[in-house]
Amino acid sequence: MEVKDRLKIQRHKIPERDPVQRAECFEEVALGFDEKLAVGEAQRCLQCKKPVCMDGCPVAIDILKFIRQVTEGDFAGAARTIRATNSLPAICGRVCPQESQCEKTCVLAKKGLPVAVGALERFVSDYDQRYGLTDGMTPGLPTGKNIAVVGSGPAGLTAAGHLVLAGHGVTVFEAFHEPGGVLIYGIPEFRLPKIIVRQEVSKLANLGVEFALNTLVGRTISVDELLKDGYSAAFLAPGAGVPAFMDIPGENLCGVYSANEFLTRVNLMKAFRFPEHDTPVYCGKHVAVIGGGNTAMDAARTALRLGPEKVYIIYRRSELEMPARREEIHHAKEEGIQFMTLTAPIAYRPNPRGWVGEMECIRMELSEPDASGRRRPVPIEGSNVVIPVDTVVVAIGAKINNLLVHTTPGLQTDRRGNLIVDKATQMTTRPGIYAGGDIASGEATVIAAMGQGRAAAKAICEYVK
Amino acid sequence: MPQIIEKKILAPRTNYFRLAAPLIAGHAQPGQFVVIRVEEGGERIPITIADIDTGEGSITLIIQEAGKTTERMGLLRTGDEIRDVLGPLGMPSEVGDFGTVALLGGGFGIAAIHLLAKALRKHKNYIISIIAARTKELLIMEDEMRRVSDELRVKSDDGSAGTKGLVIEPLDEMLKTGRHIDRVMAVGPIPMMRAVSELTRPYGVKTIVSLNPVMVDGTGMCGGCRVEIGGDTKFACVDGPEFDAHLVNFDEFIKRNQMYKEYEKLSAETCRLATAADALASAQVK
Repeated sequence: MEVKDRLKIQRHKIPERDPVQRAECFEEVALGFDEKLAVGEAQRCLQCKKPVCMDGCPVAIDILKFIRQVTEGDFAGAARTIRATNSLPAICGRVCPQESQCEKTCVLAKKGLPVAVGALERFVSDYDQRYGLTDGMTPGLPTGKNIAVVGSGPAGLTAAGHLVLAGHGVTVFEAFHEPGGVLIYGIPEFRLPKIIVRQEVSKLANLGVEFALNTLVGRTISVDELLKDGYSAAFLAPGAGVPAFMDIPGENLCGVYSANEFLTRVNLMKAFRFPEHDTPVYCGKHVAVIGGGNTAMDAARTALRLGPEKVYIIYRRSELEMPARREEIHHAKEEGIQFMTLTAPIAYRPNPRGWVGEMECIRMELSEPDASGRRRPVPIEGSNVVIPVDTVVVAIGAKINNLLVHTTPGLQTDRRGNLIVDKATQMTTRPGIYAGGDIASGEATVIAAMGQGRAAAKAICEYVK
Repeated sequence: MPQIIEKKILAPRTNYFRLAAPLIAGHAQPGQFVVIRVEEGGERIPITIADIDTGEGSITLIIQEAGKTTERMGLLRTGDEIRDVLGPLGMPSEVGDFGTVALLGGGFGIAAIHLLAKALRKHKNYIISIIAARTKELLIMEDEMRRVSDELRVKSDDGSAGTKGLVIEPLDEMLKTGRHIDRVMAVGPIPMMRAVSELTRPYGVKTIVSLNPVMVDGTGMCGGCRVEIGGDTKFACVDGPEFDAHLVNFDEFIKRNQMYKEYEKLSAETCRLATAADALASAQVK
């Protein structure tokens, strides 16, 4: 096909479940391409000599090649190409912020809409799963070395995948009763069906990765014990620390949750199926979610599906500064979530039963940019408003959990409490101990954590040689 | 999955489980807890570690049946496995040469102070233990407590064990008569821990309580167990579970602990109905 013909093709929109229908169920929102849509979209790719899209990918997928394979109908080849550098493609195809990565640098984005790389990755991975195209993948020749991976979130699973393919024995230690970390407890079913995560985990298990569940490294066993116990290196990726709160009056009232707790109850513990599942969650009629990131969008959209009358997003800056993906903000609005931007809570007050009954907020205006480059919100005096709420979800991020630092001598942290790691190898201040994901970089994205897992796995392979 | 080496019934609705859990036993210290989940779809609940046997590689849990999970747990027998056990969690008890220590245990809280008494005996301490239950039938571990205490007082609501009265009465008397006590530790129902705290406050005797809020992960990730201690918010799972009683905001703690009361009733009720229906169905098959 000629370039001018390729340029004529409009970007294919990924089919989505109807907003009214989906606001009442936990079924996946984005439905994915079929073969025809996928090939049609792949044909938009100009197959650039210098594929700048690949510069935007934290795990360096050979985007050019896999898209060409899709245009040729070689879906198995495409699946192998992706899996060569990305151990969790079905997950990335769903939750990666492509608009700020591969699709941002795509040359088509300069004049129009970029190739839907994310949707294509998802198509290939789902097709792979459905027909078992990459089932024949085998681990590398055994090296006789064992590596301990702490945490089974995106960073840990990625590292485990690369390490097992390199022939190492790998044990992944997970504190929860189910592997997956934030992919299981945090990201909701309607954005990332849990069956996808389980499939990726079982692929790793089939390759020989061992999962030690119910094991909190630092308490059940220490990192040093693991290193004495036959593990040649360790990769620490325990994930989100402790949830941050705003330290304002009434924050400990019943009905006020952290996003971690609210989402864990619903996603991991399946509170939306209470009492069939034992763990409850309280979701009242008026829900306020505090924050403007992806977690806030997840919490708000999760709350919406539990049947309240109103769900608000309360954010102190304007929509422009929201760290959430545009797509998530768009989905949230489409589903009926009300955005109250330039607004910050200053106190929660109880109802007569002693539960949260209302929140007092103050309106904000934006002044000069702060250290983060975003315009700093300042309160407008006397602009206080009171909003009736009976459930509040605080989604303003997390602070570091010090357990591994306290129980592993020699690990150094930076000012914010994150582990200090070498940027290229992810090695901590102790040789043989590597770290990635939130503990090393502060809160970031799934794909950033995966990029670090991949870098660490490479470095570990060198280290144990 | 940890296997139950021994299960016995200590008192009505109060069960003893000794579990093979070598890693937990090898790392556990008094004051710490585990989070258990009994079955698929089950809730995660925190349970204080009541004893540790590093030789056998086992830990002991004493669990009162008070809701669906603890009732389901009560159905397990010696040889069965517990689906999920995570631990040891939380900060260990502070143990040292304190002098005269009064340990108060109410109901199944006696199990926790028993382990603490054993640890305190390894230091230079004079241990006064005061244990109580509603009736003699419900009183657990009296003999074990006698072995690890320099003095033991027993109270019950009806006088069927020890003398009639509340667990705080002997302590009240000691403090009133000027007996020197360096430290008090209380584990039991919340009203009991609160009463102990109020009793010792005017005397300025350092008092430690073990809080048991609702938890999900038990590792600091969810923040559901937050408690107000001296005006600051702490997470019981990683900062506790033991805190200075005089700094605990008990009003808030009680409120938060009742957050899911209605749900718990519904859950236990649904469970009992299902168990009854199962029993009926199997009876009909026979």
